[in-house]
Amino acid sequence: MKPGTFEYFDPRTVQEAIELLERYGDEAKILAGGQSLIPMMNFRVARPKVLIDINQIKELVYIREEEGELAIGSLTRQRTVEVSPLVQERCPVLAEAISYIGHLPIRFRGTIGGSLVHADPSAEIPITICGLDGKMKVTGPSGERVLRADEFFLTYLTSSLELSEVLVELRVPTLPSNTGWSFVEFSRRYGDFGIVAVACLLFMGDKGRCRKASIALGGVAPTPIRAAEAEKLFAGQVITESLIDEAGIKAAQAADPESDYHASAEYRKDMAKVFTRRGLREAWNKVKEGK
Amino acid sequence: MAEQRRIKVKVNGLEYERAVEPRRHLADFLREDLELLGTHIGCEHGICGSCTVLLNGEPIRSCLVFAIQAHGAEIMTVEGLSKDGKLNPIQEAFQEHHGLQCGFCTPGMLMVAYYFLNENPNPTVEEVRQVMSGVLCRCTGYKQVIDSVMAAAAKLKKSREEGAGT
Repeated sequence: MKPGTFEYFDPRTVQEAIELLERYGDEAKILAGGQSLIPMMNFRVARPKVLIDINQIKELVYIREEEGELAIGSLTRQRTVEVSPLVQERCPVLAEAISYIGHLPIRFRGTIGGSLVHADPSAEIPITICGLDGKMKVTGPSGERVLRADEFFLTYLTSSLELSEVLVELRVPTLPSNTGWSFVEFSRRYGDFGIVAVACLLFMGDKGRCRKASIALGGVAPTPIRAAEAEKLFAGQVITESLIDEAGIKAAQAADPESDYHASAEYRKDMAKVFTRRGLREAWNKVKEGK
Repeated sequence: MAEQRRIKVKVNGLEYERAVEPRRHLADFLREDLELLGTHIGCEHGICGSCTVLLNGEPIRSCLVFAIQAHGAEIMTVEGLSKDGKLNPIQEAFQEHHGLQCGFCTPGMLMVAYYFLNENPNPTVEEVRQVMSGVLCRCTGYKQVIDSVMAAAAKLKKSREEGAGT
C-alpha cells in the first residue's frame, strides 16, 4: 500500500496556499500533520492530485494570550499545546484533552488545526472546542471570517470551510482559576479512538453555587454536541451528587449515536450517561480542591 | 513517474543527498534509498509504531511523513543507537530481559524508549507502560518490554552517576 502520485507544493505563506487552493480546487488537499491524511493516502482511500504541504508556513505556529483568550496558530503541533505552560495554566482542559490523542509520536506531528478541520466527532480537540465555545479564524480569497464551533462542525468529517479557505487560528477563553474542569474518554485501550468522550466545565459563582456548566460530548452524534438540558440543571445551583446523576441522564437523552463496529448506539448512549457523570464528578472535585 | 525532488537529510550523523518522488514516505526512503533496514514497516497507517524514528529529536511514525518533508532534518534510526559495535544500554537491557522475540517491533520499541528515558530518567512502571503501548508487540505480552525499559533506566542512571563521579 503506497500512495498514488501527486503534484506537490510547499507554500511559505497563507496567501500562497490560498492561491494554490483556488487554482486546483477540489483536486487539492492540504497536508498539515498528516496523521489522518497520510494513512488514507497510503490506503489510497484519499487520492488528491495535488498536495499542498503547509508545514513551512511558520506564521501559523504560535500560542499567545490575548485579551482573556488564548490564540493558537492552526499549525501548532498537538504536543506543543499539550505541554505549554500557558495552556496548562489558562486552559488546562485543552491540554488534558490533547493528552488522550493517540500516542506521543502522533501528537508530535499532528496539528491543532488539522484535527479541527478533519472534524471527527469523536476527536478530542473538536469536543473540547465545542465545550469551550472556541472560535475558528478562517482565511480565504474573500477575506477572513470567524466561526463558532456549532458553525464550524457540519457533520462527520466535514467542516464548513469553503474550498479555498485555510484555518489559521483557534481562539479559546482562558478559564477563571476556580473553574472545575475535566476531560474523560472511554476507549478499549489507552490510545485508541474514543468511543465516547466528555469535556466538562463548571463555572462557579458566589456562595459556592455553580454559575453555569458546559458539557460537550463526542462519539454520540455527527458532530460534537453540547448537552444543553443537562447544563441548565447547574445554573445557580449548589452542586450535588444527585444533580450530577440527573445531568448524566439528560446528557444521554441528548446523545443520538449510530451503531458501528466499535459500539452499538444503545451502548454509546449508556456510556454518555456514565462518562458525563464521571466527568462532572472530576470537575467538581477540582472545584472542591481549589484547583 | 512524478517529478522528483532533491533532498538532503542527516541520518545517524551522516549527510545524504537523494532525489525522491514526493509520494515516497520516510520509512521507505530510509529502507530503500538509504538501505537502512532497521526501521520496520508493520502497518503503513500509523498504528503499529514499528517504523518509529527520531526526527529532529522527536519520535515520529516514519510511514506518516513523506521523505521530502524531512529535507534538512536530522534523523536517528535504530542503527544510530549502537556505537562502534557496542550496544546502547537500552539495547543491552532488551537483550538481558528478553524484551524481544521476533524482533519486528523492536526498532520502534527502542526508539521510543530512547526518547522517553532521555526525557524521563526516573519513570514509574505506569509511565513506561503508557508510552510503550504506542508500539504494538504480538510476541512478548509486553511484560518483558516493560522490564527491559525499567532496567535500561537503571543502567542509564548508574552510568550517569559513575560518569559524574569521575
